[in-house]
Amino acid sequence: MKHLLSIGDLSAADIHGLLELTDHMVEISQRPIPKVPALRGKNVVSLFFEDSTRTRTSFDTAAKRLSADTMNFAVSSSSVNKGESLRDTIETIAAMGVDAFVVRHKSSGTPQLITRWTNASIVNAGDGWHQHPTQALLDCYTIRTRLHRRDGFDGLRIAIVGDIKHSRVARSNVDAFTSLGAHVTLVGPPTLLPPTLDGWPVDVSHDLDAVLPELDVLYLLRVQRERMDDALLPSLREYSSMYGLTAPRAARLAPHSLVMHPGPMNRGVEMVVDPGELAGSVILDQVTNGVAVRMAVLFRLLGSDINLKGDAS
Amino acid sequence: MPPIQGPRAIQGPREVLSADDVRRALTRIAHEIVERNHGTDGIVLVGLQRGGVWIADELAGILAGIGTPVPVGSLDVSFHRDDVGLRPIVPGHVTAIPVSLDGTTVVLVDDVLFTGRTVRAALEALNDYGRPHAVQLAVIVDRGHRQLPIRPDYIGKNLPTSGDEDVQVSSGGVVIA
Repeated sequence: MKHLLSIGDLSAADIHGLLELTDHMVEISQRPIPKVPALRGKNVVSLFFEDSTRTRTSFDTAAKRLSADTMNFAVSSSSVNKGESLRDTIETIAAMGVDAFVVRHKSSGTPQLITRWTNASIVNAGDGWHQHPTQALLDCYTIRTRLHRRDGFDGLRIAIVGDIKHSRVARSNVDAFTSLGAHVTLVGPPTLLPPTLDGWPVDVSHDLDAVLPELDVLYLLRVQRERMDDALLPSLREYSSMYGLTAPRAARLAPHSLVMHPGPMNRGVEMVVDPGELAGSVILDQVTNGVAVRMAVLFRLLGSDINLKGDAS
Repeated sequence: MPPIQGPRAIQGPREVLSADDVRRALTRIAHEIVERNHGTDGIVLVGLQRGGVWIADELAGILAGIGTPVPVGSLDVSFHRDDVGLRPIVPGHVTAIPVSLDGTTVVLVDDVLFTGRTVRAALEALNDYGRPHAVQLAVIVDRGHRQLPIRPDYIGKNLPTSGDEDVQVSSGGVVIA
């Protein structure tokens, strides 16, 4: 595996392999000194052309726990502001010796484009509406652990609720969840669903209350406030009353079910109840698992090209 | 030209220790651990993934019969190896150290001691779990060919081998292939 650009590039076996590797990374993260020398000497550069708190720090922490060197590229204070092109920026940094770029960009396909300009591995940390593969992997890992589904998600019922149309998280997660065997229902107002769902192995509903009781996982997406300006929603309040997780809705969830959210959360909009008081909320688990999953991804991409002469035990 | 076949290659796999021999060696090692450490206080057995884990469990069973029960853990050194990347990480063989190692006497347990590189990686990995008072090494087979200054404290059997032979240890015995 050279790059991680899209969940679609991974087979179910690839996903299982990464999740199994994540078990090791979770154990490392729980040690008194959570650091191993596995990627010593590797240089990981994060290149974020879009704001991010958790993804950027999560990748940074992951790289450091594996002893890789990390470099943060602050787009706002770089020569990009002087008009340097993306290609020149990449080639300039790559010339300093980079083993992996972690890329977030507002345009779909940017990480794919960058693979043409450098020999380094590219990890997609979110591109436009397209994909956010490590988010999907950490969500799978969280479900796998919390619902004890090591062997796959056969028969699990998962609803992804909210702004599906503009969500790279939804696209990645539909791919990953269905690849592992889950049954996925997309829930949202028609204006926030993609115009066509041909080829998506999912069901669609506009009525959250109808699907709620039979769910194993309720996955809430962030309502992006800028969608209000696009007149896709009449009001946040109406969205909240139709699709927000309110106390009465929380009470109708099955006792074993999980409530997930990729963050950042809009309290009072999609998340009306306090997630801290929801028994099934695994939102902080998602963040914790994010570091371990990203360790697994970086190790899978960078850990296997070390050219040493083999020595037996 | 075909490779020259040595006498061993013609013989095929041969058993050097029987199941009973392995069991007797483990019993002796358990007693040596008690003797050397004046009891079992502060002892933690740590089996190296994967070959050392069942041996650590066996030793713990024997020690429980002759002293007090001791904690048993397992250690996966994959991420500490100097040849990380050449060996696939084996899923499902995760490190599990049940107690803090500060001030304990850790007995590392493995099946075969060869170049010493696994043990070096294990010593480094142990540091992440605390500072043991002492670390000792128990192996079923010491087959020589060390590449690092590492020596075992408890040995089931010294077994002279050539570098290209494969030594397999199980509860059913020791076989050279």
